Formats: sequence, C-alpha cells, structure tokens
Amino acid sequence: MKTEIKTKKSKGGLMAWVDERFPLSSLITNHLTEYYAPKNFNFWYFFGSLAMLVLVLQLVTGIFLTMHYKPDAELAFGSVEYIMRDVSFGWLIRYMHSTGASMFFVVVYLHMFRGLIYGSYKNPRELLWLFGVAIFLCLMGEAFFGYLLPWGQMSYWGAQVIVNLFSAIPFVGPDLSEWLRGDYLVSDATLNRFFAFHVIALPLALCGLVFVHLVALHEVGSNNPDGVEIKKNLDKKTSIPLDGIPFHPYYTVKDLVGVSVFLIVFALIIFYLPEMGGYFLEANNFIPADPLKTPAHIAPVWYFTPYYSILRAVPPVLNSQFPGVAAMGLSVLAFAFLPWLDKSKVRSIRYKGNLFKRWIALFVVSFFILGYLGTVPSNVWGQFSNAIPVIGGVDKATVVARIFTITYFLFFALMPYYSKKDKTKPVPSRVSYK
Amino acid sequence: MANHQDDKIDKKKRSFLIAATTVTGAIGAGAIAVPFLSSMTPSERAKAAGAPVEVDVSKIEAGSMITTEWRGQPVWIINRSKAMLDGLKKNDPNLSDPNLDVISQQPSYCKNATRSLKPNLLVLVGICTHLGCSPSAKLQTQGDMGENWNGGFFCPCHGSKFDLAGRVFKGSPAPINLVVPPHKYINDNTLLIGEDNKG
Repeated sequence: MKTEIKTKKSKGGLMAWVDERFPLSSLITNHLTEYYAPKNFNFWYFFGSLAMLVLVLQLVTGIFLTMHYKPDAELAFGSVEYIMRDVSFGWLIRYMHSTGASMFFVVVYLHMFRGLIYGSYKNPRELLWLFGVAIFLCLMGEAFFGYLLPWGQMSYWGAQVIVNLFSAIPFVGPDLSEWLRGDYLVSDATLNRFFAFHVIALPLALCGLVFVHLVALHEVGSNNPDGVEIKKNLDKKTSIPLDGIPFHPYYTVKDLVGVSVFLIVFALIIFYLPEMGGYFLEANNFIPADPLKTPAHIAPVWYFTPYYSILRAVPPVLNSQFPGVAAMGLSVLAFAFLPWLDKSKVRSIRYKGNLFKRWIALFVVSFFILGYLGTVPSNVWGQFSNAIPVIGGVDKATVVARIFTITYFLFFALMPYYSKKDKTKPVPSRVSYK
Repeated sequence: MANHQDDKIDKKKRSFLIAATTVTGAIGAGAIAVPFLSSMTPSERAKAAGAPVEVDVSKIEAGSMITTEWRGQPVWIINRSKAMLDGLKKNDPNLSDPNLDVISQQPSYCKNATRSLKPNLLVLVGICTHLGCSPSAKLQTQGDMGENWNGGFFCPCHGSKFDLAGRVFKGSPAPINLVVPPHKYINDNTLLIGEDNKG
C-alpha cells in the first residue's frame, strides 16, 4: 500500500504539536486504522502477533534475570538457584523466561507452518519470508547461547557438542571452534561471551529483523488462507481493497482473544508444569557443570531435536563427520529456498492438488518422528538381528531416522517437480470463508 | 547557480571519488575488525593454564584407572592388567585404525601396540573425537557391552566405542582414535602430562 501514504495531521492540541514534529497520526493511520488486512484470516493468523508477545515477554523477563544472574563459571549455577529460591518472585520470572523460550518455538513453528500451507513465501513475499528465516536462525542462536547460562551438566555438554560441530568444517574447523570458545574447551571465557551474545548481540539483531519483517509485511500486505491478492479488487471510489478490513480495531481485537487464550496456557505451564516432564528444562541441568564427566544421556531441548536427529543419522564419510554437520545446517537453511522451489501456480493449500498435500503431510510426519528420535538414545528400540543383510546389527532407531531424514530433504528437493506436476484447482477472484 | 551546473558535473571524477571513499572505508572497517575478532581467541591466561601436570601412578591398581585434569580436560591413566593387554590384539579386525595411521592422535613414542611408554600404563585424553563428550569407562569384559567386549570405553552421547588402547571401533560416529597427550616419566612413579622429551 505504498502508493497511498497519507500525511494526516491533527487539527489542534497535543497531537497537533507532536504531528508537527513526528508523524505520529500518519503512522497510526498507515499501519493500524487504515492498514487493510484480508477479512478471511483464520486460526493460523494468531501466531505472528503471539510471537511478538513472547518476544516482549522474553526481553522483559530477561532484563530482570540479568539483575541477579552472574556470568561466571564459579557463580553461574549458584546464581540461578539463588534466583529460584531467594529472589522475591525470582522463580516466577525465571520460569516465565524458560517456558517463554519453548513457547517462542511453539508459536514460531506454527507461524512457519501457516506460511508453508498458504504459500505465504511466494511472490511478492520472498523477502518477507527470508527475513522470517533470519529471525528463526537468530532465535535458534538465542536459545543455544541462553541454554549455557545456567551452567548445568546439560548446558555444558550441549554447548561442547554444538561448538565442536564447527570443528568438523574442513580446514578452518578446529581454529574456528577454538575462537568461538575462547579456550581449549568450554569454560568461563565461553560462558562470558555466550552471555554477551544472549543479552546484547542477538536481541538487538532480533529486534532489527522483526522491524524489517514488519516493514516488508506492510509493504506487500498480508497473504490469506485463500492466497488471493486483495489489492487486485479495489473499491472504485475509495481504492480500499474490497476484501480488506482495517487492522485496528478488527484484528487488534481478534489478536487480543488469541493473547488471552495463549496467556492461560502459558500460565498453566508456568505454575503446574514448568519443566514439562524434562522437555522444557532437562533433569541433568539441575546438576552443576562438570567438565570431567558427561551425563549418561545427552539430548538437546525439544525444539532442536529434529535437526539433531539428522546430524546423528548421517554416517561419517571418509573419516569425516562433516557430512552430518552439513546435513543438519542444510535442514534448517532449506526453508530459505522455498520461494524458488515452489513452482505451483496457486499459493494456498486450498487450491493445491493431492500431490502437494501428501508431500506436506509426509514432511510434517518426518519432522515429528525426527523430533521424537532426537530426544531418545539411538539404541532405544534395540538393534536389527545380525541375520538381516546390510542393516544387521544397526540400531533400529538409526535406520528409521535415516529414512525420515531422506523424506525430509526430498520434500524440498523434489518440490520444483511435484509442485509443477500437481493438479491445482481454480482460484476464486475474491476471498471466501470456509 | 546550482540549476545550471548539470552539464558541468565531472561524472568520471565523481565515480572515482565514490570508489576511492568506499575502498578506503572498507579497508578501515576491515582493519578495526581485527582487534575485535582477535579479542575472542584464547587469552594469555587461558594459554598459561595449559601447564604440565604431575601425577603419582604408583597407587593405581592393575585393572583400574584414575582421572586427572590437564588444560581443563579429563585425562585418564589406566593401569592395564595382563589379561587386558592380551585382549587388545583381538580387537584389531574390528577397529577403524588398528595400526595408528592417523599420526595426530598420539606422539611418535606411543605409536606401538599398546599406545604407551610403559606397556601397562595408558594415558588418554578422555574426550570423544566425535563431538567432545567424555566417554564412560567399561573396563570389564562382557557385562552390558555384549559378548565380544574386551574392555574399553563407550561414549554416551552418540554411542562411539573405543578399546583399552583408545582405538575406535568401526561403525562408531567417532572417526579417529582417542588422543594420547604428550607425557613422560620423571621417575618410576611420577608421570608428567603435557610435556615430553622431544621438547
């Protein structure tokens, strides 16, 4: 809607005084009261605003945790326990922050899935999608750096494994991981810099990226469940989209309902299930970090487990673990290529054919199975009998992980092919409600 | 005056100046990045913490091990019994690198059948060569490691297996053998980890 930037000014009073000096009224008009969003948003459109809410919650709770936390290998573990036990309402703020981390990924995954099924990455929203992918990467970094801070066993060995992933990169790897750690192993120097990344560097980057994500969104306008471009049907007199309604009050009110439901769920978790049976906060992390002893079973937090499964599933090639590390990196970066992989004529899954729908279903199944397998040891289902050729003696879970790693990548790799071949249905010119 | 100057603008000069300014700026930005990136490398204090460690090995009973710390890493000293040493040879067909061809994993004076200076005493950095976890000791034969186990180490993170010379078994995610750190004996009972006679 860039063609119709309005420079609205108030007639008198304080608002007029401000408007002379800062375009407050026109900002409100252009981005809220006269920003037209498609009128057929559904359930899936809650998660963008919820992600913003969680970002604010994380920033605020983070600031207050920083007032009591000590980024020092000798003091870190104790200071977190101090927050939990001695700081007034410290337990609440800490649980809000730790639960917020998991909920951030819940809403962001749902937000991404919305984009996937309604084709929100397609022309002209490629940059909007890429900013989103960058936000996702930033968020993964935030979660990883933050997880070291309590300096528990899982923090320590998780960081050790992830930093060592970089040492698998040919030639520069070992120097790179030493540079990241600032020491020959994960130590006080590592903790101190991860703290800096977690509380300053990445939050700044995150806020900047969220800003450009929104700028891009308001430039191209929201997609919708029908994938119909609402700007193609304008009212002849007012040139307002016929299928558009002002963001405020219509969607601010809708989002408030989403926020209320979300906060109920959020509060229930904080008060009754803050550790979520070991999925949000792992039991081993209540033991202080011990550089001399690895816990018997280490696994990342749930939101990283699909990629971790892919890492484990890829066997070493020529005495190098780099292929596994590269596959894991690619499994995350693959999302960035979606705008160019999807050759379908239509955006929304409503008008796509069965072929595309089946591939999306297969992808979701792969994601969940890989996610589950990443939380358990690879020998969880035992081994195949030695009598079976090829896979005899191999862990069953590893074979399953390999199969779903392949389907995960085929979803992306074959998309140019099946999205073109897919029998699409005709798209209506106007949005519908169904 | 400004309105009539369009035809007098020297576009070549202007683009040269833009290019020169950009290049100078980029060099400056690159130069100032060096101290910042360099500040993240291990500090002098971290480097100094890598000093050698002395260990009394007289109290390690045959068939048992102790763990000490060098450069913040666990270092194992295993006193292998006669039976354990005899078991080493049996592992050879199942190992990735039985003949120690990857030379970075041990000093030249430990490139022998037992990977050690004294046949019974093995010194290892207890860090898995896969992704840096510390493997668990499974020194006893058989037990929960299956029928053909001759004693060794098992990494809980991704299931890598090593024998009692720190050599990796085929099929493990770990690509190479565990590291034997530089070490020497000051006298019969005193081991110095982190320094050897080669300097």
